[in-house]
Amino acid sequence: MVSERTLPSFSPLAGRRWPEGSDEGQRERVRSLHRPSSPCRDLLPASGEKEELQHRAWAAAAAVPDPEVPCVTVADLGILRSVELVDGVAVAKVTPTYSGCPAVLAIELAVEAALRDAGFEARVERVISPAWTTDWITPEGRDKLRDYGIAPPEKTSSSIRSLFGEIEVACPRCGSSDTERVSEFGSTACKAHWRCLACREPFDYFKCI
Amino acid sequence: MGAAVAIDRETLVTLLVRLADDHLVLGHRLSEWCGHAPMLEEDLAMPNMALDLIGQARALYAYAAEIEGRGRSEDDFAYLRREREYLNCLLVERPNGDFAQTMLRQLYVAAYMEPFWKAAASSSDATLAGIAAKAVKEVAYHIRHAGEWVVRLGDGTEESRRRMEAAIEELAPYIDELFEDDAVTAAAAEAGIAPQPSSLRPAFDRIVGPIFAEAGLTFVTPPYSQRGGRKGMHGEAMGFLLADLQHIQRTYPGATW
Repeated sequence: MVSERTLPSFSPLAGRRWPEGSDEGQRERVRSLHRPSSPCRDLLPASGEKEELQHRAWAAAAAVPDPEVPCVTVADLGILRSVELVDGVAVAKVTPTYSGCPAVLAIELAVEAALRDAGFEARVERVISPAWTTDWITPEGRDKLRDYGIAPPEKTSSSIRSLFGEIEVACPRCGSSDTERVSEFGSTACKAHWRCLACREPFDYFKCI
Repeated sequence: MGAAVAIDRETLVTLLVRLADDHLVLGHRLSEWCGHAPMLEEDLAMPNMALDLIGQARALYAYAAEIEGRGRSEDDFAYLRREREYLNCLLVERPNGDFAQTMLRQLYVAAYMEPFWKAAASSSDATLAGIAAKAVKEVAYHIRHAGEWVVRLGDGTEESRRRMEAAIEELAPYIDELFEDDAVTAAAAEAGIAPQPSSLRPAFDRIVGPIFAEAGLTFVTPPYSQRGGRKGMHGEAMGFLLADLQHIQRTYPGATW
């Protein structure tokens, strides 16, 4: 039991994208649901088994699609930070995208449900710090967005003083760079509304934050 | 990093509630445009920005409630306080007026919050730093959006210019209050939690100045400045705003959906 808490959590992104030690940031415990008797509780750890379980828990949570952009999963977006087994409970850490993203609660519930469906007792914690940025979207996630018809975020200087300053966004349908912004604010908080002047198709652009 | 100087709990709660109230009230004002904006894109833009602001407010209220430790929730802060307990600045509660006035108010608040969030992103308080790191990027969009409208209207037709100039005059008395320091802000600055408001004025001027220059607008110095919001003294408009914001909870206490 002593080694239980000290085992490293499994996250394929760990250490790659956010500053070291950042997991110490404040968390908001979202909800702890009723606890069905968990198959995991009885399986406690020979460490190989534990690792296997953590992989399985990660895989279950990672496959949850984003409710508003269902072509990508929470892992593709980089908002699933880690899944860790703590005292037999799968604890998933999730970070919000935009401050006011109305999907946050839906995402947290979906992750929790996916973990329970996979046979885990589950809890989801909201991690605010460090803040999510669009840089956390994986390369696969960017490809999936493009295939879905949403232009992935472009790196910009995001200078607040460059009024009317357009960034170059390639049309996700025809690839042309001859595009224009229709509105900075689009169908969801994370997207802007653009149109392609070459193929005339309107499209969403995933804003860079 | 640990705070060099400790801040007492009540002071920190006051600081967070002021910030949260600014965002809730401005978010509410922007949401009033939903369905009434002059064009479809703006009908999307304003509620989108309102979502950002209310999202920031929620995170701040939740954190304030946690520190306070009296079992209040973010909803208790938003829906169950009286007018005198709201600590927002007066600028955000000003009625929307016309679209020009709303955009100018948005620019002012965003130009104030941008340097604030930038400084708070390296706050000694990890939660505030996390909220700030996200908010600073969101507010950049608000500045660009509002700034572009201030230029379009200020440098537009005779009518649009007249309206923008009227908005400048109307809102001028409410700007100085943003930059007011007091014991709460001083304690927060000393603890490395948040910057002194007065220190943000140069950055505010650097953002608004070039936008006004491009729009051909000039700032007017008001004959007087209105203050009191940080102490819970509000204008007449605030009561109507709260009646609208709180009427469900006041009519059906504890209602959920």
